Amino acid sequence: MSARPAEALPSSTAAVQKGETLLEVRNLRKHFPVTEGIIFQRAVAFVKAVDGVSFTINKGETLGLVGESGCGKTTVGRCILQLEQATEGEIIFEGQDLTKLDQKALVPVREKIQVIFQDPYSSLNPRMKIGNIIEEPIRVHGIIPEVRARRERVAELLSVCGLSPRFADRYPHEMSGGQRQRVGIARALSLNPDFIICDEAVSALDVSIQAQVINLLEDLREEFHLTYLFIAHDLSVVRHLCHRVAVMYLGKMVELAESDELFESPLHPYTQALLNAVPIPDPKIEATREHRIISGEVPSPINPPSGCVFHPRCPLAVERCQQDVPEFRELRPGHWVACTEV
Amino acid sequence: MTKLLEIENLKTQFFTSAGTVMAVDDVSYDVEEGETVAVVGESGCGKSVCALSVLRLIPWPPGKIVDGRIRFMGRNLLELSDDEIRKIRGHHISMVFQEPMTSLNPVLTIGLQLSETMQHHLGMSEAQAAERAAELLQMVGISEPHRRLRQYPHHLSGGMRQRVMIALALACEPKLIIADEPTTALDVTIQAQILELMKDLTRRLGVALIVITHNLGVVARYADRVNVMYAGKIIEMGDAQQIYHNPQHPYTLGLLASVPRMDQARGARLVPIEGQPPDLTRLDAGCAFRPRCRFAIDRCAAEFPPLEAVEDGHLSACWRADELAELRNAS
Repeated sequence: MSARPAEALPSSTAAVQKGETLLEVRNLRKHFPVTEGIIFQRAVAFVKAVDGVSFTINKGETLGLVGESGCGKTTVGRCILQLEQATEGEIIFEGQDLTKLDQKALVPVREKIQVIFQDPYSSLNPRMKIGNIIEEPIRVHGIIPEVRARRERVAELLSVCGLSPRFADRYPHEMSGGQRQRVGIARALSLNPDFIICDEAVSALDVSIQAQVINLLEDLREEFHLTYLFIAHDLSVVRHLCHRVAVMYLGKMVELAESDELFESPLHPYTQALLNAVPIPDPKIEATREHRIISGEVPSPINPPSGCVFHPRCPLAVERCQQDVPEFRELRPGHWVACTEV
Repeated sequence: MTKLLEIENLKTQFFTSAGTVMAVDDVSYDVEEGETVAVVGESGCGKSVCALSVLRLIPWPPGKIVDGRIRFMGRNLLELSDDEIRKIRGHHISMVFQEPMTSLNPVLTIGLQLSETMQHHLGMSEAQAAERAAELLQMVGISEPHRRLRQYPHHLSGGMRQRVMIALALACEPKLIIADEPTTALDVTIQAQILELMKDLTRRLGVALIVITHNLGVVARYADRVNVMYAGKIIEMGDAQQIYHNPQHPYTLGLLASVPRMDQARGARLVPIEGQPPDLTRLDAGCAFRPRCRFAIDRCAAEFPPLEAVEDGHLSACWRADELAELRNAS
């Protein structure tokens, strides 16, 4: 995929078009070196975790980013957060290219972009009280200098996230997984961000608790006019939460469309296989559904297949798929796909 | 069909410093020959402990099967000596665990792990076992089986390892396989491959399967019958159609309403079950779901409702099971 002018980037259609662009990712690449040698390390190969990904997110929108393990979806999130330095490409947030900013210039941006992690066990410091965990960003960024006002803010954040303010004096181990995830959300909200990256934010939770947290995320989006990048592998949750959905495979974006459009008429053979593999909790539907299981496994991102990366597993593959990298093109308005055979 | 496994009034408890955990509390169910039974529930509901109890794999201390009978091929597994139960494990009943990395031995080759079981249980020679091991790998869809037999688990991907686990489970032609969250650690396309493989092989070889899972989609696709567990007890039991289309327990109802579905458009709000699952050390005589139940009445606090038939082959443990349809419409 090559870099292309901004106006040709996959942007959204009618439903969210009124919103202005909050974030634009252009031709993002992140290659991790595979090194050899103990003292004089040299790169012998590169893991192409993200290999030329472009998309935009509008204000107030939730963009779902889906794909299987190792497809690079988390790396995209980490690059946006500037936790990884992008190898190539631009990440434009409110008019600034984040990849060009130094650490100091990033501080005000970090207030606006927050993250909620997957594992509510390892993402909270076990030695800190819940109150201090939520208070820390407010203190570090000097938002509320006064101690008492800060405590009040913590209490408010806890109750916004459906927790009793009494939890401020507890430690993470005294809470259940669902409650911890609420703490993670309260911490992400503490700086009044515009944009939250949810990296598998509900994947570790049991269904009944997961539904509570999904509803909370939806309520918060409405109340605080948040924009989400929702990174997940669970397609049912993504369908439920997201306005638009992007599908990644082996570091590349293969399809991007409005949520309903993508789930009802997927174009890329990988998306079709992915959707087909998800069982629906209804035995009547399952009994009549046709199951076309794709064979094979995801190849190594160190040495990805030539041409279209999906061609070894693709039911539609023809000879040219082995050489030509398919262009990410807008086949229908707002519906982008990287496949020449559809 | 004849009953292959009958679990009667099973009680497994863990004696910890925080108190006695009633992990499995008076659970009874049957598995018929060749059928697939799903045990569903959320973390900590006792579904795994219940399955491990069948093979007497509960570590003592702290865990112990305190009561019940588990009849399998005419014998009560709980009365067998350690030697006798070892002859059943991996031979007549085998297990597939969630995490294929930790359930295969990392320092032994795939071939050795496969043939060891067959040499032990079936008295095969080394050469016979090696040949059969290659056949098994072929059967579970692993290419170049002879090369794979010489490899170690870390050479294989997660999906491949789970295929090896299935080959291992099938090695001695068991009557029953217990699969504890067999695909939870796998990606969705690999999950589909593994589940189709298990379904195909169990049907073809006539092996009964107990699938323990929290994934209601997997249950809908693969199970003949379903047991729903909550806080150590089975609270609803029936065939898959009955459970999904006519749930008769408020917990099952809540569970189905809280799953987001891929075939439903955005905007439909989920109805979560409020509150948290109970602490299994502090259960009282009443229904454990009562604090989270929208329909709880005084009687629910006083005594635990028995698991009773609501229609043919469909059982529910709720005092208000017969009024549930009306209550649902009213709310």
